[in-house]
Amino acid sequence: MSAIAEITAAPDPVLADDGLRRALFEWLCRMGDNCLILGHRLSEWCGHGPALEEDIALANTALDLIGHTQMWLALAAEIEGKGRSADDLAFLRDAMKFRNAKLVELPNGDMAVTLMREFLFDAWHFEMLTGLTESASPRIAEIAAKALKEVSYHLERSSDLVVRLGDGSDESHRRMQDALNRLWPYAGELFTADKVDEAAAAAGIAPELAALRAAWDKTVGEVLDEATLTLPEIRFDVHQGGKQGRHTEHLGYILAEMQFLQRAYPGAEW
Amino acid sequence: MYAQMVKSEGMKSSEEMSPEERAFQDRIDRGEKVEPKEWMPEGYRKTLIRQIGQHAHSEIVGQLPEGNWITRAPTLERKAILLAKVQDEAGHGLYLYSAAETLGVSRDELLEKLHSGAMKYSSIFNYPTLTWADMGAVGWLVDGAAIMNQVPLQRTSYGPYSRAMIRICKEESFHQRQGYAIMMKMARGTPEQKEMAQDALNRFWFPALMMFGPSDKDSVHSAQSMAWKIKMNTNDELRQKFVDETVPQAEYLGLTVPDETLKWNDKRGHYDFAEPDWQEFFEVIKGNGPCNQERLDARRRAWDEGAWFRDGLTAYAGKAAARRAGASVAAE
Repeated sequence: MSAIAEITAAPDPVLADDGLRRALFEWLCRMGDNCLILGHRLSEWCGHGPALEEDIALANTALDLIGHTQMWLALAAEIEGKGRSADDLAFLRDAMKFRNAKLVELPNGDMAVTLMREFLFDAWHFEMLTGLTESASPRIAEIAAKALKEVSYHLERSSDLVVRLGDGSDESHRRMQDALNRLWPYAGELFTADKVDEAAAAAGIAPELAALRAAWDKTVGEVLDEATLTLPEIRFDVHQGGKQGRHTEHLGYILAEMQFLQRAYPGAEW
Repeated sequence: MYAQMVKSEGMKSSEEMSPEERAFQDRIDRGEKVEPKEWMPEGYRKTLIRQIGQHAHSEIVGQLPEGNWITRAPTLERKAILLAKVQDEAGHGLYLYSAAETLGVSRDELLEKLHSGAMKYSSIFNYPTLTWADMGAVGWLVDGAAIMNQVPLQRTSYGPYSRAMIRICKEESFHQRQGYAIMMKMARGTPEQKEMAQDALNRFWFPALMMFGPSDKDSVHSAQSMAWKIKMNTNDELRQKFVDETVPQAEYLGLTVPDETLKWNDKRGHYDFAEPDWQEFFEVIKGNGPCNQERLDARRRAWDEGAWFRDGLTAYAGKAAARRAGASVAAE
């Protein structure tokens, strides 16, 4: 894709550090897999949205995320250095090798769940990419800058719809509140750092996850407030482990569908 | 063609026309464009609403057979291309509903007619997409057939329709090339891929020929629509053009068109080919095609289950307007 072709293969000493290689590969898979799995979920709406404008916007967002996936996973494959491609990573890893947060693999539910999930993720994604534009790795900073342009729009759109539906009819309010209650315990995983995140932060490649929290809290708080929605009084970090490869039951079905052709016809070119 | 068997009003001779109608016809004959606020015969307006509406419905129902493979696309690049394509189709639906709105019919009214079965969409979208090669065949044949019809419609007499067609044609020709690229990979791929490619051509060839509608000798609505320049070519002319262009493309792929009678006719300068099974076509139009029920169910479900979403946005807009009014009263 052109998006990848435009990313320069400039010398990048940070990415050449052998000691960091494993952690970086993991970290890049997390970025790529979040985009891939959320993009997959959003693409399930194609042709089934509540209004034509939503069909277009959902497909467009999914398309952006698949574009980001291509950039992150191509870099992951390159860093790994085992001759795998972005497609190999997307279509030939099993669930325990996937590194996305559990939040993005949850089923679409109704449009309220889809939008709230997107909003919680977009608000994190926006802060993450903003931090990454300052990455010590020029190539990562370059990918982040490209993705950030699109993700700024994703966040603008999902925030706007959360406000309008939260403060809309009684039914839309109830559905949005239910969606928030259901998804909230999955949001915390995005901020829980492990050794991979710590290594990326220590090398100046990525921001510290905890440091993204204040800005995320502010955005989420303001939008939910304007939407007349209430933060649930439950922990937001109940469900963890996705980025270490321990997923919900849902991911296996996503992969069974997504990987069908590559698995059924090994080695074929498409 | 994404609009088939569009019912047109009866043709009038020059003597039967009112002075207004004659002046209108003269403008069309001179190649002038008709714009929304201008006077037009009621029949012209109604026929256009049917045609543009049917075309718009075809675009949005047409998302479904291709959307069926987005989550199973075999590579990230194919997935991105297919997503972009389906998104374009929804966009085409939007332009066309907007063009229809300039004729005094709302998108909601048209959708209600789609859901009730009072309006149709192209017969082609009632066929299933069974393998990945179908994403190639749909792009190559279905978009290819649509282009045959839509390119001349860029010159149609109604301004908003003509301008929508100009935008749509640019994207459709890109879709057709993408479809052909998929077919090429499959036809030059493994034996299984080649088998899928041939099977897709076998299943889509005749339904693609049906897209142009029945033969002109059986098409009762053509003459008036052609006089109004709502329809620019006869069904048979376009079907012949499609066959003439597509057969060499199939040969280049190394695939066989599923028509034993297909033969180049030197005298005519065209291919001779078998007519599709028109009985099957009329069955599909009546609702008895392989996927009619699924397609309509999917559209109705999307609409019904989206009602709370649309109502919620409307409720918010009402509240926001009231707040603005309140703020301006308070400011006075």
